[in-house]
Amino acid sequence: MSAATAPTGDSKLLRVEDLALHFSTTRGVVQAVDEVSFDLDYNEAIVILGESGCGKTSLARAILRLLPRNTALYSGKVYLEGIETMALSDEEFRRDVRWVKMSLVPQAAMNSLNPVLKVGDQVAEPMIEHYNVKKGEALDQAARMFQHVGVPVEFMRRYAFELSGGMRQRVALAMALVTAPRLVVLDEPTSALDVLTQANIFNTLKRIKQELQISFILITHDIATSSELADRVVVMYAGQIVEVGNSSTVFVEPLHPYSRKLLASVPRLRATQDPDFIPGHPPSLLNPPQGCRFADRCPSRFDRCAEEPPVFGGGRSQVKCWLYA
Amino acid sequence: MKLKDTFKELFRYPSAVVGLLIILLLVVVAIYAVLKIPYKEAIRLWRGGIDQTTGLDIWYRNPKYAGPVWLNLLRRNKLPVTIALSTADGSASKSVQTGEVNVITMTFPIEFEADEFAADMILFFTSRYQEKKPHISMTWIKPDGSSMRIADMSVEKGQTYPFGQDTKLTRKLGGVSPIKALFVKDPTAKTLTIEKGRYELQILAFTFEPGSDLDAELVIYGQLAGLAGTDHLRRDLGVALLWGTPVALAFGLLAALGTTVTTMVIAAIGTWFSGWVDSLIQRITQVNMVLPFLPILIMIGVFYSRSIFVILGATILLSIFGASIISYRSIFLQVRESAYIDAARAYGAGNWRIIFSYLTPRIIPLLIPQLVIGIPSYVFLEASLAVLGLGDPSLPTWGKIISDAQANGALYQGLYYWVLEPAMLLIIAGLAFALLGFSLDRIFNPRLRGQ
Repeated sequence: MSAATAPTGDSKLLRVEDLALHFSTTRGVVQAVDEVSFDLDYNEAIVILGESGCGKTSLARAILRLLPRNTALYSGKVYLEGIETMALSDEEFRRDVRWVKMSLVPQAAMNSLNPVLKVGDQVAEPMIEHYNVKKGEALDQAARMFQHVGVPVEFMRRYAFELSGGMRQRVALAMALVTAPRLVVLDEPTSALDVLTQANIFNTLKRIKQELQISFILITHDIATSSELADRVVVMYAGQIVEVGNSSTVFVEPLHPYSRKLLASVPRLRATQDPDFIPGHPPSLLNPPQGCRFADRCPSRFDRCAEEPPVFGGGRSQVKCWLYA
Repeated sequence: MKLKDTFKELFRYPSAVVGLLIILLLVVVAIYAVLKIPYKEAIRLWRGGIDQTTGLDIWYRNPKYAGPVWLNLLRRNKLPVTIALSTADGSASKSVQTGEVNVITMTFPIEFEADEFAADMILFFTSRYQEKKPHISMTWIKPDGSSMRIADMSVEKGQTYPFGQDTKLTRKLGGVSPIKALFVKDPTAKTLTIEKGRYELQILAFTFEPGSDLDAELVIYGQLAGLAGTDHLRRDLGVALLWGTPVALAFGLLAALGTTVTTMVIAAIGTWFSGWVDSLIQRITQVNMVLPFLPILIMIGVFYSRSIFVILGATILLSIFGASIISYRSIFLQVRESAYIDAARAYGAGNWRIIFSYLTPRIIPLLIPQLVIGIPSYVFLEASLAVLGLGDPSLPTWGKIISDAQANGALYQGLYYWVLEPAMLLIIAGLAFALLGFSLDRIFNPRLRGQ
């Protein structure tokens, strides 16, 4: 292990500093993830909220270094168990980090299973790839994971298309857990599932977190159900983090105007008031505004907002807004 | 789709069943050929020439240009079939009386039922003696019981007696060749009418030493011989027709499998790694596609080697970077972006694992029908090269028969069997694979199914 990757005695599982991921397109450079910093404890679940296109998935990809071919800029620092993963070569990263230290349940997990492999073999694949175990052993481990996520072990002999959406989601989860990583990134694990299945999956995640002592990064639009699982909340807007705090504070008393609007937009069962919405639309990430990126849509903006980008401030939560600076 | 389901589905198409049955039959024939005539034996038989142990041509029992015996089923006036009768194998009787002079009596029963005359008639002797040659006297017995003395002679080692060249006998029969005259009632009549029935050739032999012995084989060369007929070198075409089956199947299968599988893998590698690897593969393909395939094979055949393995290798090499690389690539480009490939990349699957267990399996439904349909085109290629005189010089193949037939003007001489037999086999083989291939195409690409 080289000096650059030596453990720093970090007490955090994951520390992300100034992470940026830009894509080049025919119309210019898209700043999908910009100046993102946060950290994550062992056995902690963090939920990343934000509307579509705010860079949540890009952030997950940046952490796992799953870069598309048109990546223009990929910079910043990511420490995982004290090891700076950005300093590793692609091959070292593939061998030592992916699925060994952290794994991913990808977006559209239903389609993320190989249609020509039996799901049992599919779940066993990472074990074979990373730990070079015999196929029988890998299948045993896969069977244990099927039990953990609540899929009958007989289903291991089926193909992905023979399973329901919820089952496939669980299989994808089993695959993420099979190598016993410390961190699992879940990219919209419950989208396209019915509410009962969603609740079921979140209960499974909660149970697994306790049983296996795993940390989660949960990316979701589903604010209501995610509040069940999350220890802390990160709110993203236009490629940047605008608020970070404990779930008990952020869900109850959001500080950033965007967070407030976002949480107010969640419909409540049988409530008299209509769900709130935010007028306008997010800024183009091709050429984001000079000052606060939310300024155009903010109900409480003032002159300073449009002139210079805000810095983090605030008390119980870290908020990127001039109101709390 | 599971293999069992594929087969179940396949049996719903009658054409596939017919195709499969023919292929099965060809495979059985191929296995039979290889077991019955080992490779070395097949090569030896096909090369022909003089057998070192007997001093005779390997194919001495066969006439030249004889048609297959089943031709008689199609004809009203029957042609004579080649008969070989030997005292050594018991098809002719032989009795020995030992004494101061050993007396050996040999009888050759000849059933002659044809409407036309035989082509030739020769006696082959095998004798064992120290100094004194055995002496023989031959008698011809006609169906009506009348007998005629043919010749008296002493027999040397490896002696032959060609009836047609015995001038004394010819004179005795009124100037008519004995091959004809022996089988008619009256050789002096204006038109010779064949007398059908059971003839007999009796040979009375005397040997003068203890331990000396004599065997004889009578061959009546007809106009038909064997199930497949013979060629200009008296060779039984059956050898080449039989042995052509495994050669054709193996060549077709190896070439088709070799090209499609390597093409698929190369296309997958190019698409996955992209960048200069992909560009290089694309450029090679573009150059290769304008290269003339057949002229290059002809050049290799003329200047380098006509061995079937060299030709097979060259065929595969020239076909790998073909147009299918482009169509496979276009499919891989699409598959490459699918979610499950991304997921595989995420769990840390290596490049090769992704190529072999994620990318390539997606193209197999397309590949299998192409492979099956591709087999006959390579079988035909081998035959075409043989017809052009570029076939493997030692190997008996279907194309080689057609090549020989063409060189000897088979069609001008009316020897249709010579061309039609191998041609039919080629057509049947091509048809079988085409029938199966098209059905497979329908199963794997349901959009082709229609209503």
